Amino acid sequence: MCAQLLSFTDRGIFCADGGFYIDPWRPVDRALITHGHSDHARWGHGQYLCTHQALPVIRHRLGDIRAESIAYGESRQIGGARVSFHPAGHVPGSAQIRVERGGEVWVVSGDYKVEDDGLSEPFVPVSCHSFITECTFGLPLFQWQPQAVIAAQLAAWWQSNAAQGKTSILAAYGLGKAQRLMTLLPDAGPILTHGAVEETTRILRNQGYPLPPTTRVAAGIDAKSYPGALVIAPPSALGTPWARRFGPVSEAFASGWMALRGIRRRRGFGTGFVISDHADWPGLNAAIRATGADRVFVTHGYTTPFRRWLEEQGYDAGIVQTEFGGDEADFAPEADPL
Amino acid sequence: MKRFAALFTALESTPKTGEKTAALTEYFRTAPEPDRVWTIALLSGRRPKRAVNATELRLWAAQAANVPLWLFEESYAVAGDLAETIAHLLPPATTTAAPSLESTVRALIALTGRAETERREFVLAAWRTLGSDERFLFNKLLTGGFRMGVSRGLMTRALAQATGVDNAVMAHRLMGDWDPAHTLFGDLTQDGGAETAARPYPFALASPLESGPDSLGEPDEYLAEWKWDGIRGQIIARTGAFAIWSRGEDLITDRFPEFAPLQDHLPPGTVLDGEIVAWGGTAPLPFADLQKRIGRKTVPRKLLAEAPAYFLAYDLLEDGGTDLRDAPLSHRRTRLEAVLTALPPGLPLSASPVTTGDWTQLANLRASARAQMAEGLMLKRLAAPYHTGRKRGDWWKWKLDPFTVDAVMIYAQSGHGRRANLFSDFTFALRDGNDLVPFTKAYSGLTDAEFAEITRWVGKHTLERFGPVRRVTPELVFEIGFEGIQASPRHKSGIALRFPRILRWRRDKGVAEIDTLDGLRDLLRQVSEAGALPAEGLKTGALPPDPQDI
Repeated sequence: MCAQLLSFTDRGIFCADGGFYIDPWRPVDRALITHGHSDHARWGHGQYLCTHQALPVIRHRLGDIRAESIAYGESRQIGGARVSFHPAGHVPGSAQIRVERGGEVWVVSGDYKVEDDGLSEPFVPVSCHSFITECTFGLPLFQWQPQAVIAAQLAAWWQSNAAQGKTSILAAYGLGKAQRLMTLLPDAGPILTHGAVEETTRILRNQGYPLPPTTRVAAGIDAKSYPGALVIAPPSALGTPWARRFGPVSEAFASGWMALRGIRRRRGFGTGFVISDHADWPGLNAAIRATGADRVFVTHGYTTPFRRWLEEQGYDAGIVQTEFGGDEADFAPEADPL
Repeated sequence: MKRFAALFTALESTPKTGEKTAALTEYFRTAPEPDRVWTIALLSGRRPKRAVNATELRLWAAQAANVPLWLFEESYAVAGDLAETIAHLLPPATTTAAPSLESTVRALIALTGRAETERREFVLAAWRTLGSDERFLFNKLLTGGFRMGVSRGLMTRALAQATGVDNAVMAHRLMGDWDPAHTLFGDLTQDGGAETAARPYPFALASPLESGPDSLGEPDEYLAEWKWDGIRGQIIARTGAFAIWSRGEDLITDRFPEFAPLQDHLPPGTVLDGEIVAWGGTAPLPFADLQKRIGRKTVPRKLLAEAPAYFLAYDLLEDGGTDLRDAPLSHRRTRLEAVLTALPPGLPLSASPVTTGDWTQLANLRASARAQMAEGLMLKRLAAPYHTGRKRGDWWKWKLDPFTVDAVMIYAQSGHGRRANLFSDFTFALRDGNDLVPFTKAYSGLTDAEFAEITRWVGKHTLERFGPVRRVTPELVFEIGFEGIQASPRHKSGIALRFPRILRWRRDKGVAEIDTLDGLRDLLRQVSEAGALPAEGLKTGALPPDPQDI
């Protein structure tokens, strides 16, 4: 048996047989990209490969890159390895990457969630021998409620704010979460967007994703012209002069981290909607079981306890170091995509 | 519990005081009266006795959640709150019950002292039936620490609004050790009621004077006195009642038996405000000596001899049964001295010395505070009444600048509450020859952004993990401030600090530039020698004191 099919290097996950990296964090010749978030799709690689659905946003973000795209489920030989992309349910276009060599199968999960959000291509379990899984929320503290419950909370919050003459400002990550929230909102008034959110929304809408109409916040768009509106903006836009045009507002934050009261209080968001594009504790465990893998590598998150948990469940478990060197670079949600 | 949970959610969902007050006012108007009484009790720190200890809770919760105990502990380290950790880990409720806050608290009180199986069954049954918000609050009732982001003042204001009673009057009615289990809402909020004989007055509080006193106006409008480092206390001597209260409204009469003779000598209807200190004959002993007595219900004879309690009185709130709080300080002080002068000699109390002077004289006096075992000066406006709580403008605490050292962080641990999931509790070391010797922990003093940055740094520079504690590369240097220093055989460094905190992150300094333990030992020597000097500088006497005294 030659070297392990996938190895963990200081540039990222590497396949020697195929000569490619998966979501590398330093410039490489050939990169397979699971999805468009900036900690996965980075600038400077010689050649990119991602799904057809992920490519437009990646191009928009990275500019002039050499990139190819591939359909979900389509398989392609790269050097000595056979690769295919499978839905990860994380954001529109996101994928797990399957790598096979001589009957041995590895799957790199990228970021994923198992609940069907109605917008992203739903997660599909892929059988494999070795599974490399994220574990952003790899502690039993994190157990999400069904999306419909959160949707009802969002609707009630918006309605109550509008009744009090307040504009609702909802902070959310601009690719994926923002669009998911739009689809969950009732048709109860205008949805306004911050420029950073509108850009990705426009691209995804043009791709055919069913998104409701939105209006980009520009000169003349404020609480007077759009009373009772809901504004979706990146967290960084809150409390800035940009947000002041809306007069009396109620601010909320939509993120899995809002499950923790301490983080909610620290960030100054009284209202937090606990909704994440990452798998929760039951989701991670179910996804791992469904792969049938007996070897599991954990990365991105609470890796040390999660690996111990998996070992106690009988898996051969290991940790993939992240680019930061430490084993828990994602300990601080402040540093995380939301 | 549902209604109480809704109140909790409303209070948490807004940072605005006005909205919090409105939510509380509404609750105090509409919730069932027994629930209102318990809410007032909980928000003013009167929590029921713990029926279950934290170790039992962890075990039961880990079993109910079907996770190993180590995983429960890892989760707790991240959430930073036991009640919240349990609420997250438990499986969803199977049936629903809607007990009132009152019935829940009463059931918990009835549970204290019962056999473990009985207590366990009660807690598990509650977990199976309560919704997630109520479950969290139920756990909070179990674990005790009840902070809802509502200050005592805000709660009092809401209650005053809900009942139409004046705010200061309401604050006074809520004082003392009334027992929520035997108190009716009407008794508590209306005139008269129970427990009035020993009821203390709300304490007047001072604001910190951040810069110099020049902004305060004319110095002759103020009285200066030492800011003592002891326990703020109120002595109540009324017909049929003698009580000593701490600022936290704990009844501490029995902990300081030295003061018992006062009930035979103070005229009935006397209430004194002052500082309880351990007394060295002419000046207070270090706070550490007094600390040995705090938390003890009964005091062994040896401790009574080593750290005798003494009361430095600085205000008279009730004189011959008359509430004196609206009178100006100048009058109260004159009356205080008259009352104390009339007492026989040998009692463990005296008037805390006062003086006046121009700002330069007072600044010089403040600079000598450490030698008097004081933390600085208090400046109180002579014409001001005795306020309820903290009213900015009349009482100022003008503390000494802290001592400082530059030290390196060697251990980091994640914090609790709103610092959950952030490394915010650090252990610092100084250089001792070739070694780095830990000498203090400090938790506060940095911004959230700095804590977040350090948290990311810790992730990359962890050398070793001990559960939630990380040993890190000794690299980050901080300026540590502290108020006092004491020899301590219990600490590896041989030194214990008073009120250590982080003053700033010294990004400009490396580990080679930190201070030495020898430097701290020198400071300890200097401080011990200064503390041995006889107290001088302020005198007790009729007003106004002679400025020559300074």
